[in-house]
Amino acid sequence: MTGTALEPPRIGTRSEQRASGTALTDALHAEWTKLRTVSGPSWLLLATVVLTVAVSTAAVGATRCPAGLQCPVDTTKLSLTGVQFGQAVVAILAVLAICNEYSTGMIRVTFAALPRRWTVLAAKATIIAGLVLAAGAVAALGSVLAGQLILPGHGFTAARGFHSISLGYGPTLRAAGGSVLYFALIALLSLGIAAIVRDSAVSIGAVLAVLYIFPLVLAFVTNTHWQHRLERWAPTTAGLTIQDTTGLHSLAISPWDGLGVLAIWAGAALLAGGLALRLRDA
Amino acid sequence: MSAGTISPAPAATKQGADRAGFGHLLHAEWTKFRTVRGWVIGMILAALLTVLLGLLTVSGSNIGCQNSPGGPQLSGKACLPYIPHGPGGEVVTDSFYFVHQPLTGNGTITARITSLIGYHANLGNGPAHAAGEVPDTVAGLMPWSKAGIIIKQNTHQGSAYAAMLATASYGVRMQYNYVHDTAGLPGKVTAATPRWLRLTRSGDTITGYDSTDGRHWAEVGVAHLTGLPATVQIGMFATSPSYVQTSTSFGGQSSQGGPSQATGVFDDVTLSGGSHGGTWVGTAVGGGGPSIPIAGVKPNAGFKAANGTFTVAGSGDIAPATPGGGSMLPTATIDQSLTGAFIGLIAIVVVAAMFFTVEFRRGLIRTTLTATPRRGPVLAAKALVIGGVTFVVGLVACVVAIGICVPIMRNHGQVVLPVSALTEVRVIVGTAAMLGIAAVFATAIGAVVRRSAAAITIVIVAVVLPFLLNALNVLPSGVGAWVFRLTPAAGLAIEQSIPHYQQVTTAYSVARGIYPLPPWAGLLVLCCYAAAALGLALVVLRRRDA
Repeated sequence: MTGTALEPPRIGTRSEQRASGTALTDALHAEWTKLRTVSGPSWLLLATVVLTVAVSTAAVGATRCPAGLQCPVDTTKLSLTGVQFGQAVVAILAVLAICNEYSTGMIRVTFAALPRRWTVLAAKATIIAGLVLAAGAVAALGSVLAGQLILPGHGFTAARGFHSISLGYGPTLRAAGGSVLYFALIALLSLGIAAIVRDSAVSIGAVLAVLYIFPLVLAFVTNTHWQHRLERWAPTTAGLTIQDTTGLHSLAISPWDGLGVLAIWAGAALLAGGLALRLRDA
Repeated sequence: MSAGTISPAPAATKQGADRAGFGHLLHAEWTKFRTVRGWVIGMILAALLTVLLGLLTVSGSNIGCQNSPGGPQLSGKACLPYIPHGPGGEVVTDSFYFVHQPLTGNGTITARITSLIGYHANLGNGPAHAAGEVPDTVAGLMPWSKAGIIIKQNTHQGSAYAAMLATASYGVRMQYNYVHDTAGLPGKVTAATPRWLRLTRSGDTITGYDSTDGRHWAEVGVAHLTGLPATVQIGMFATSPSYVQTSTSFGGQSSQGGPSQATGVFDDVTLSGGSHGGTWVGTAVGGGGPSIPIAGVKPNAGFKAANGTFTVAGSGDIAPATPGGGSMLPTATIDQSLTGAFIGLIAIVVVAAMFFTVEFRRGLIRTTLTATPRRGPVLAAKALVIGGVTFVVGLVACVVAIGICVPIMRNHGQVVLPVSALTEVRVIVGTAAMLGIAAVFATAIGAVVRRSAAAITIVIVAVVLPFLLNALNVLPSGVGAWVFRLTPAAGLAIEQSIPHYQQVTTAYSVARGIYPLPPWAGLLVLCCYAAAALGLALVVLRRRDA
């Protein structure tokens, strides 16, 4: 089955006017309608926000710095703890955006209407990334707000050398904004993997493994060379350095470079996913 | 569709037919599993992940050292110092300051302890030591700093002993042969509330007593030290484990610490019975001498005797070696080689959940339930097949992982804490069972929610997330401990190979293989989740049409 064979017949001047530039607009519109008209994605986006803010608040609420003790805590990173867990929901959202189409056979309709695989994938990526950016912004804002309200009462005061958790402080703004981008990159990574794997069960297993295996292995590996390598090149570990605001000189990779590593992973996954869509039949 | 209408068996042979029917059912489910290539590959992947990640965890953690200045750079096993083993074969820490004399035959030692104070390294958290002798120490004791009386086989590390002792935070205790610990009188030792301690030897039996006034004695415990020689060393000791401050911050746990020292003051010391040497000798067993000399005596001397009052200062511990933190040795446990099982579990959960959800997606469930209309046996057959397959795969993976990884850890200079054969079997078989039960849990959840994505996410979030929360030190240890008591991740406790000794302060840490629940209790929690999920699945299967 080739892409052009199924392209809808071009009759009349109206269709002729539709150049390939508007194909993407159509695809975006189609993807937006598909996501908007089922309840799953909105629940998952809500779950992303709720889970992220809830875990962040719990982590912030459970951490105290008693008087007289040194607390080596990166308060900004602590406030954004929930991102670690919100990312699982984001991954599910992205995986289902592709795999549900395969499991219901909808994908054949999609490709019949829009035979250009790259356009479809680009449209899906844009819509998912846009939604995740919006939800991620709310989640990050809520988390930062929780830290701002709770942490000073738990001993993390400016008088003891802790910077205030507010978006007015440069590194905190970078950490919070970076976390929003992180969410979007995780969504793109998941989308790419889902396009390769196609089955929702295996995709979810694979994505959750990619997200969580590296930090787990890192917790157990004692070999410093391997630790250093993993910290630099594992998608989630490197990507989450965007949240670091203290001890930057001792990081294995600088915050923006770390986010860049995750972007490379996401880009590679999308590229492989696009190729898989292009080369395989639906 | 009711069960009665399709059930083919006549009443007379119903039982036999049911049994044969279940056999057929098992065979059918096994065939379904065996013939889906992806599932078989998934299981092989799980086994490979288990072994490979175990290897990654243990490989390379090579310890380097230079045993003599200017000498050759050594690594691995060659670096290890002498490792004392206790009478029970366990690796122990045995260093303390011992003021002793030989005792031949049966006899009794009685002493009054009037003070227990100490110093520990100052990590910038308190005012420097007021006396100013050693600026980087502060006054204070560790919870298990201890001083008391002891009867010990000899002055070698790891030899048998029994002791009555006062601790900083846990009152009077009777301890013997490193792993045994019994509580006596509660409360701290001060000049106002001194404690009388007594040990009586009679053959291989040593009985410990304590008293608040020296007249009314209470028996604390009885120790049987088999093969105790006729002549033993008897006397007073003091020791204090290292000061470790563990700070947990997001994404990491860092420990810093330094030596600590305890000083006990004894008077009314009497020896009776047997024949004893007459002069007190001080020995720093295992290098357990004080780092700060006692005022008024020459440096490094750990005791001072004046007018029947003995001041004894020592550092170290008399206790079993534990994984990580508390011990100065690079200790490791056999279950560290099973870390990968947890990651293999992700692949297992995917296969196990699909084992049921795929039937709904493909409509095969209607064929299955037409052939066997009774939902119970169908669910049981699926659970048995997936549980059994996972158990066997897990067993092979765990045996291979331990077989390969433990020798590597030993060669790399880690002290792999020895365990009994029974414990090793429990760890291996238990881990395989844990994987099998988790697979049954995933299958049952698959039957309830019917959708692969939801089922897999629920199970992975329920089992993997708690583990991750702990491994990454996100939660304070108190909360983390409850997570490992209440969530399905409690089943991981079956991997714990070294018991948690109450007489050693060990930072609770899942990464070091210490779980808050006993091994079988942890597995039971997971079993309860699996049973609840199976029950729910049965209800849902009976109530809803396929």
